[in-house]
Amino acid sequence: MDLSLFLTDRNWMPWLIPAGPLLAFLVITLITNRSRLMPATSHDYSGDGQHPEYPNLAVHVVTPLGRVASIVVGLSGIIAAWLISWSIVGYTFGIEDFGKKVLESAVTWMNTGTTTFEMGVLVDPLTSIMLVMVPLACLCIFIYAIGYMAHDPRQARFFSLISLFAGAMLTLVVADNLLLLFVGWEIMGLCSFMLIGFWYEKPSAYKAAVKAFTTTRVADVIMLLGIAYLYFTTGTLSFREILYNEEVLSALSQTPAIIFGGISAASLIGVFLIIGTIGKSAQWPMHVWLPDAMEGPTPVSAMIHAAAMVSAGVYAIIRMYPLLEAGAHPHSGEFNSPLMLMAIIGAVTALFAATIAVAQNDVKRVLAYSTISQLGFMVAALGIGAYVAATFHLITHAFFKALLFMASGAVIHGMEHGHHHAHAHGHDHDDEHDHAHAHDDHGHGVVMEHDEHGHPIAVAQDAHGMALVEAHGHAAQPYVELPVASQKEGAFDAQDMMNMGGLRKTMPVTWITFLIGGLSLAGFPLITAGFWSKDEILLDGWVGLSEGFGPHALVFICLALAAFLTAFYTARQLSLTFLGEPRTDAAKHANLGKGIVSATMTLPLIILAVFALFAGFVGVHPDFPILGGIFSPNREIPFKEFLGYTLLEKPELVPFSIIAPLASFAVALGGLALGFWMYARQPLKAGEVDPMVRILGPVYPVLRNKYYFDELYTAIFIKPSQWFAKEVAYVFLDKGVIDGFLHLVARVFTWIGDLIKVLNLWLIDGFGDGIPEMVQRSGSWLKRIQTGRVQQYMLVITLALVVIAIIFALSSGVLAAP
Amino acid sequence: MIIGIDILSFLVFFPAIAALIVLILPQNRILARWVALLFATIITGVSVAVYAAYNTATPGFQFVMQQEWFEVLGASWHIGIDGISASMILLTGILAPLAVLISWEIEDRVNTHLALVLFFVTGCMGTFVALDLMIFFIFYELSLVPMYFLINQWGGPNRRYASTKFFIYSMGGTLGMLLATQLIGITMGTFDIVTLTQNWPAFAGDPTNATFLGISVSTVKALAFLGFFIAFCIKVPVWPFHTWLPDAHSEAPTAGSMLLAGVMLKLGAYGFLRLVIPLFPDVWVEPINFLGFLETNWAGIFAFLALLGIVLGAFAAFGQTDIKRLVAYSSVNHMGFVALGIAVTALVYGQAYVNGDSAHMMDAIMATNGAVLQMFNHGLSSAGMFLLAGAIYHKTHTRDMTQFGGLWVRAPIYGGIFIFMSMASLGLPGLNGFVSEFLVVRGSWPVYTVLTLIAMIGLLFTGSYILKGIRGVLQGPFNMNWAGTRLEIEAREVIAVAPLMVLILLTGLAPNWILSVINATVTSWLGGV
Repeated sequence: MDLSLFLTDRNWMPWLIPAGPLLAFLVITLITNRSRLMPATSHDYSGDGQHPEYPNLAVHVVTPLGRVASIVVGLSGIIAAWLISWSIVGYTFGIEDFGKKVLESAVTWMNTGTTTFEMGVLVDPLTSIMLVMVPLACLCIFIYAIGYMAHDPRQARFFSLISLFAGAMLTLVVADNLLLLFVGWEIMGLCSFMLIGFWYEKPSAYKAAVKAFTTTRVADVIMLLGIAYLYFTTGTLSFREILYNEEVLSALSQTPAIIFGGISAASLIGVFLIIGTIGKSAQWPMHVWLPDAMEGPTPVSAMIHAAAMVSAGVYAIIRMYPLLEAGAHPHSGEFNSPLMLMAIIGAVTALFAATIAVAQNDVKRVLAYSTISQLGFMVAALGIGAYVAATFHLITHAFFKALLFMASGAVIHGMEHGHHHAHAHGHDHDDEHDHAHAHDDHGHGVVMEHDEHGHPIAVAQDAHGMALVEAHGHAAQPYVELPVASQKEGAFDAQDMMNMGGLRKTMPVTWITFLIGGLSLAGFPLITAGFWSKDEILLDGWVGLSEGFGPHALVFICLALAAFLTAFYTARQLSLTFLGEPRTDAAKHANLGKGIVSATMTLPLIILAVFALFAGFVGVHPDFPILGGIFSPNREIPFKEFLGYTLLEKPELVPFSIIAPLASFAVALGGLALGFWMYARQPLKAGEVDPMVRILGPVYPVLRNKYYFDELYTAIFIKPSQWFAKEVAYVFLDKGVIDGFLHLVARVFTWIGDLIKVLNLWLIDGFGDGIPEMVQRSGSWLKRIQTGRVQQYMLVITLALVVIAIIFALSSGVLAAP
Repeated sequence: MIIGIDILSFLVFFPAIAALIVLILPQNRILARWVALLFATIITGVSVAVYAAYNTATPGFQFVMQQEWFEVLGASWHIGIDGISASMILLTGILAPLAVLISWEIEDRVNTHLALVLFFVTGCMGTFVALDLMIFFIFYELSLVPMYFLINQWGGPNRRYASTKFFIYSMGGTLGMLLATQLIGITMGTFDIVTLTQNWPAFAGDPTNATFLGISVSTVKALAFLGFFIAFCIKVPVWPFHTWLPDAHSEAPTAGSMLLAGVMLKLGAYGFLRLVIPLFPDVWVEPINFLGFLETNWAGIFAFLALLGIVLGAFAAFGQTDIKRLVAYSSVNHMGFVALGIAVTALVYGQAYVNGDSAHMMDAIMATNGAVLQMFNHGLSSAGMFLLAGAIYHKTHTRDMTQFGGLWVRAPIYGGIFIFMSMASLGLPGLNGFVSEFLVVRGSWPVYTVLTLIAMIGLLFTGSYILKGIRGVLQGPFNMNWAGTRLEIEAREVIAVAPLMVLILLTGLAPNWILSVINATVTSWLGGV
């Protein structure tokens, strides 16, 4: 194949989009991360590139040169992806009726019988829109990580992993078939596992990583069935051949499902695929992994929550929407099981997660629950057929949520900076560790831990600052408890909003950008992107509600309530973090410092803030008073106009109703007003209790503990399956029943054998010398090579054969035959 | 033709000759190791050459060689390969030098150890190329002997129990197969597999009353079937015949584990595809009535056992704290998918043979492709996993994961490779295992829908035990017991694992390099029922 095709032919060019980051991953992993070519220097760390957290152990870290090279390689990869993406996107904007005609190319991937499976790329309007958002958000995250991870000894590894993450997401976006989408989907799962558990020494980190991977895998194996089923029924997995093909879709919607009778094949496949999304996009009841994913470094949180992972879940159902909708017409009140499932799960999740977010004090956890809630908005929107609105919200949400996460990361970074500052000056502490230790943005200082067997571990400090851990049940083994530096400092939670306050003074850029992101999340009317996308969903819901459709009513009511709560907890978060007076010394001294760290962490915030404000104007309804005429002069929403031809039939414009924007105004402004009234009018002072505790009373602990879902799942899934695995599958079945059967039979036959031996000896004694001697000789020879158990097993096998043969013969009735 | 003998015969006998040479070499470790590696590399070269020369476009067996051998019995030296055996030969050829390279860590009786490894290759090659039942049986049994001694002499603390259990179980299992082989051979007057595949299924005994030696023909066939069935079930292993495997794998020296998991288990699955399905299509689908209400057939029973292997194998692996036992149980889990694919093949092939029903032929082709590819993939990933488990065992002298923890920090390269291999084993898309598992699931879903649905539990817990392995070895705080131990993977081990990683990635990204070969054979075979 002519390789120049990739550069010259626009149909082949999309292959290059994921290539950059994937190549960067390979280069960093194999070359720059740990190369002997890069001389070891010791500018940053004492000793010869010694890992600062392992003072007594020879643990080398990547040299500054290797680290810089890794950053450069990683950035080059994502910048290449961004440039190629935007050039393709720009090209597609110019294509008339883009969508009827698309960019696509494919190669033969595997032979299946006499047919083949084609693997390829596709750029249609939906992909094009994703390509606007994903590379840009990823690029911002990469830039941010330069500063954020600057003090982490494993920054090079971090860049290799986020490059793989970005590459996987871009693969998923440009995939032209469900299998390739699934490839990207699962590799992202791996990346999230590796990155959530990036500080793999920490029990909370690796537990969160395992939790994330396992929870999403529950959904993924079901999704795999959906893919296999779709492949079986249609003989292809290509999006265009299935989704852009009326015949295939109607055939699928008329074929009864292979199991779970009563629904169509399309519906069953749809339900399987939606379950995949429920896991990946952390919808109730599989939402539990996402808040714990906060254990990863903050750029990862932004990656998971905005640009990549959870967006991929929603993207998949948006992509498969024609299949999910097959046989139903949500706009005229006809629903099928996939749509109902999405409407209910989405609506429930949106409201459920918003209530939890109200009672969280961790700055990142509030955002994590808001992500779950906002994804619920999108899923619910799809459930009522608001295809365009769901896509629109996916994009705007990605921008403002990436912004919020990175701004919160800046807050945490600033808090830690302030903490060290206060510590160094306030307590006359020697500051040798202040800048030497790795950056960590999580609460440490847990002195009593439990290892995974439930043994308490007592941590003691030895003279060298190394923790000694005595694990009961094993011989005493010292473990390095990490990070060493944080062990010394005791407990300080840089993420707890109760420790913050007044940050607007010391961190002005973060404050302004956080405010923009927060208002966008809250749907502050007219000037934020979040308002327009949320409003569009509510409009769809309202129009259906006014025609009396049940799912629309459910979605509208739940989402309006959730939007109100969203505005409220956003106001609470903004107030607690930035307003009032500092509640701790750390907050008083919090700042990002100067230089490259500060610059690289601030720039992405500004870029994303622009999008969080203005990205919404492409989706203004033409009938919206005044603004409609300005932004949508052609009597058509530009965003919808472009996206429309992704579907076979362009979706119709939802008639405008003033009720919906009024509702949006009411919930957003009402929620913000209530939040600011409670938290900003009289800002919380140090030591004061959150007024929520008093107002909510007994409900508060329930919300604070996330409705006890973690405890519930541990009790009904995790513990039983661990018990089953060890005690039933291994000890009882394998060691007990199967081996026990073998050993028992062996013992019986040994006994019989011994009996015969006695008889033999007695009999043989009567004969001459020759025979017994020969028997004995061969016997002892046999014994030498076969250790005496040979006979036992031989007999076991024979017996087993006989038993099975008898069962078989009896059950098949062959003995009765002539 | 090499040195006057045909290439397949060379492939069969050269490893044995090489073993003899290594055995009689002076007792010099360095010399023996390099010579053995050289020979093993020649085996690889010839295997690759055979694979490359294999012509996908030509149906039927290639490189066929038929020579009179045991005329009285009707046995002949008849060998040849199709796409399935070609990929198995390639697998054996690839693993041989890697196992030799890993055996370099053995310091005790080096010549004998290396000779046994090479001798084992002869057994496997012979089985894969055999087109004569006697030849097949002889080589099938022959492969047991070196493996027995490898475990028995160089194994872990519990090696005697493990090796005896392994040997007696496998040997005992083939007793029925030996009888069945004799029965078929004597009845039909030939041991030729190609001829038997055509004649034996049609065998009707005494035309007047469908009996043979006074017993109904269906009983005779069923008993013969059972002989093969049990033998191969033990070898694969299919649940509940699997309990020899965790013992043997975990006690075997690293090279032994690699070959055991990588190649030996494939002999069983290969036996099903080469013999049991073509010889007994009618028996597979003969209705069986359990206790008067449960209507099934042997294919259904086999699929059910495969399911149990997938699910309970995954659970049992999840219940382990011994890293090698965990990997060993993962083989039960993965070979369960091979068995599931074979069950689909057996059912559809049988139905097509008995009543010409070929509605599910496409599914069967997918499932068979998947099963054969899974055999190849499991050979790569399980050999890799055992290599890595052995590497850490060799350095720490423990297999107990609770004694590890946080090793990643001292062994970053090892950690990276370990995660890569684990993900291959887990079936991460983009790596090889996913392609084959997807094909099996795709093929079995329309045929055994409910079983496939339940099998997903196994797939889920595959993730759980893999993560448990990663967590146990790499993650967590560093255990200072190993502060003075050199934990990082050695260059020799990296060289041994690198080809596996390349092939794993290649097969995951572009499976057609091998799947096209498998698919051509499977399609012409199943398409021509």
